[in-house]
Amino acid sequence: MKPFAVVFCTVAVGALMLLVIKAGEIAPLASLPPRLESDQRIDESVLSVNQWLRKHWSDEGLEPAELADDQTVYRRLSLALHGTIPSLEEVTAFKADTSTDRIERWLLRMLDDARFSTYFADRIERVLTGVDPGQFIIFRRDRLRDWLSDQLAVDRPWHEMSADLIAADGLWTSQAASNFITAAFINGEGLDENELAGRTVRAFLGQRIDCAQCHDHPFDSWQQQDFEGLAAFYGQARVTPGGVIDRLTEQGEPAVYKIMDPGEEEGRVVEPRVPFNEEWTDIEGSRRQQLAAWVVHPDNRRFERAIANRIWGLLFGRAWYDPVDDLEHPDDEYDDVLDVIGREFRRHNGSLKFLIRTIALSDAFRLRSDVSWADEDQYAQMSQEWAVFPLVRLRPEQMIGSMYQAGRVRTTDQASHLFVRFGKLTNENDFLKEYGDATDDELLQQSGTIPQALLRMNGKFTRGFTETGAFSAAGQIMRHSGDDESVVQNCFLACLTRMPNAEERDFFVQQLQEAEQENLTAEDDTDIAAAPARSRQQVVSDMYWVLFNSPDFSWNK
Amino acid sequence: MRSSNEHVFSRRDVLGTMAACGLSLSLPAMSAGTAAKRSVDRPKSLITLWMNGGMSQLETWDPHPGTPTGGLVKAIPTSQEGLQISEFLPQSAEQMHNVTLIRSLTSLEGDHARGAFYVKTGYRLEPTLVYPSLGAIVAHELPDPTIEIPPHVSLGGDNFFPRGGYLGNEWDAFRVFNPGRSLTNLKAGVSDSRLALRRTGLDLLSRQFAKGRPTAEKETLHQDNIQRALKMMSSEQIKAFELDDEPAAVKKAYGDSRFGRGCLIARRLAEGGVRAIEVCLNGFDTHVNNHEGQKTQADILDPAFATLITELRERDLLESTIVLCISEFGRDPRINGAGGRDHWPSWFSCVVAGGGFRAGLVVGETTGHVSEDQGKNVRLKPTDPITVPQLYATIMHAMGIGWHDEIITPIGRPIRFADGAPVGRLLNDELASTVRT
Repeated sequence: MKPFAVVFCTVAVGALMLLVIKAGEIAPLASLPPRLESDQRIDESVLSVNQWLRKHWSDEGLEPAELADDQTVYRRLSLALHGTIPSLEEVTAFKADTSTDRIERWLLRMLDDARFSTYFADRIERVLTGVDPGQFIIFRRDRLRDWLSDQLAVDRPWHEMSADLIAADGLWTSQAASNFITAAFINGEGLDENELAGRTVRAFLGQRIDCAQCHDHPFDSWQQQDFEGLAAFYGQARVTPGGVIDRLTEQGEPAVYKIMDPGEEEGRVVEPRVPFNEEWTDIEGSRRQQLAAWVVHPDNRRFERAIANRIWGLLFGRAWYDPVDDLEHPDDEYDDVLDVIGREFRRHNGSLKFLIRTIALSDAFRLRSDVSWADEDQYAQMSQEWAVFPLVRLRPEQMIGSMYQAGRVRTTDQASHLFVRFGKLTNENDFLKEYGDATDDELLQQSGTIPQALLRMNGKFTRGFTETGAFSAAGQIMRHSGDDESVVQNCFLACLTRMPNAEERDFFVQQLQEAEQENLTAEDDTDIAAAPARSRQQVVSDMYWVLFNSPDFSWNK
Repeated sequence: MRSSNEHVFSRRDVLGTMAACGLSLSLPAMSAGTAAKRSVDRPKSLITLWMNGGMSQLETWDPHPGTPTGGLVKAIPTSQEGLQISEFLPQSAEQMHNVTLIRSLTSLEGDHARGAFYVKTGYRLEPTLVYPSLGAIVAHELPDPTIEIPPHVSLGGDNFFPRGGYLGNEWDAFRVFNPGRSLTNLKAGVSDSRLALRRTGLDLLSRQFAKGRPTAEKETLHQDNIQRALKMMSSEQIKAFELDDEPAAVKKAYGDSRFGRGCLIARRLAEGGVRAIEVCLNGFDTHVNNHEGQKTQADILDPAFATLITELRERDLLESTIVLCISEFGRDPRINGAGGRDHWPSWFSCVVAGGGFRAGLVVGETTGHVSEDQGKNVRLKPTDPITVPQLYATIMHAMGIGWHDEIITPIGRPIRFADGAPVGRLLNDELASTVRT
């Protein structure tokens, strides 16, 4: 090898090592600023939600669970807003913050973090376009996601975002909202207006009218003609090389929308028509702009109820009403919790961050998930009525996000070094492929599966993340924590965001001590081949394995 | 039960007894009950050979040499009198008297994702309900408590693997990405003593978790899944996924490809009582240079398919195993400017063998004359069309599954397993007589 190449390689490897070492260092987190006065306006909204909840529990004859400790709530928030558990670095800083309003302040900080906007953009994008790959070239999922992320970062009002998505014209690359439309493009057939009508009502109004495409809704009052009328609002939309436009006839007149009934050659003209409150569509503009005006109209309660139920679902892992997009028509006589939350959301100009904070600061989100007094039936009823925090399985992306984070001491966020982020992305994709990505309806309650258990127990991800190398969390905790008790504590904090209880602590401390004794014995006595001794590294690695596979890790609680 | 005064031993009896006594070297361990049952006494299994990307009917099961759309491929005679198939499938040609060939299967979808969904489930893609794949229904409806390995397996598949849909994700196919090479995630990677210590720790944490959460275990099934996963890891039955004890000649006969190994493992799994197995062969999407592309794939398919049928027959398993070779759609009779063929859902071919399907039957006929402007507005039809739902209802009927049984889905809608009725003439006389008309 030429001397130049040797020098170059040495410098390159050295630089890489420095990066790796830097990535492993723990830097103290800056302390958080106090809440601004404007941030405190939320208190009134939270109070109204809490009053509703307390009355609801009392009407149901339920005594709610006690309030959970802040660390538990912090973990829930991190899972919901960043898709991962907090890092050991973050948990340590959080524990050091002893102020009484630390949840509120840490919540604000999480919402300002780029991890929130990117993670939530993913969640919302899935609602809008599903998980089918769509037609590549004209459907740019990445652009739509980036656009959503930008909107979320600046907290653009939800009604404005929704209107953009429904009515956007232009190219899928520059006018990224138009990908909501192009996602429904089918090769050889053009835009699927039915798909768009169904998605619009599901995503923005939280109702399912898809079955009304072929027949009247079996339980609800949706009629087949309602569906056709809504689809007709998309009937002029067309995908051209210049982007999405509303089509005109050769004479410059707006095109008509026709439905081909079986056996009919001519087709039947269908005019756009909304199933209720036609006056809300009464604006100047294209058919899609009229539809958007109707969907987001300030008096359309379905719009705010739908997003309230969706955000509730994303925070808890289970929507208030399940399935998340099958709400009944609103009741004129009675306000449920979605009406209360939705009203506060409207009053605060459709701010999604405000909506998230309202739900996250409500009593329901802060209750413990265990109760000492309830039997099986009582517990099930409490869970049903949100009088105890529900046990919900982590979604696949939360699972891998958490495993990845637990495998490192530092926070792996947008500010991480490129290679850390690259490693995270590759790992995530591989894991999702094997663990099974959630489908369109990622809030659907599913039990875990055996292949998932096998992957958690034996997969390469677990093997990689439980190793005790110089840069892994397990390795760093083992080397730098100090005594055995601290090693156990830090492993628990890194994986479960909680301290071990006495029984757990004693169990693992004893194993660490036994490993050490056996190592000592090994020096004194050469004849130990028969004893299946574990090294200290193996004990820590096995402890990490146990934590990864524990129900605490894969269930939000 | 066989009566005691039956003195004449058939080959079937000998094989069955040997297997029951654990004498067969090549058979994976299974309960005496499962092993003893061969032939028609055995609960049936389904092996689906999934030709991913859209297999060309013209270069395989339905050639039209000498017609405007026939391309360069020639037809060769087969073991079924009067039947010719593509020269790309010489070994399969020798098996045609054992199979049912359908040349007039029709689909409604010409897009890969939508087509694969339709052909895997028999239902069109719907936004609010995920239908289960045929394999998931088979596994769900024909449970076997003695099986410790997954009842629904996908070998070598990638995209569009068969899902449990509304039956629940526990009926998703268990996926082995590179069959015969490594058993993904089934080895603990640590010593038994360490695994035991890990389990002790896990039990401790699970107990803590259950405190104050009386429905935790019932709701999460966390421990239950771990126990079952551990049982699978230590089960003798997972040997069905390994090929170490297969003679080299057998492995060679299937072909040393991912697909060939997959087919051999599929045979072992079916033998061990696994209910539904899919083996995937990628690479059929030949928009460019169709002739060579399809030949490359046929070279992989041909030995594996022919050997699978031969082995199943020789081992007396063909009557209790349905082999289905199918694709998400066919390919356009017209050859495009790049020498390729585009997607063609109007008609395509599939082959079904065993399990009571009528051997040596050919259904449907397609034309070799399709002009440029045909099929633009009105979909062309083959003669004697068979729909995917009809085919699946027929398979379910042959397997003893109530194709018309309704399941109340999560959205409250009752849905039948198959959206069509069985076609009696695809089945042998005995089974055909049980089809309600």
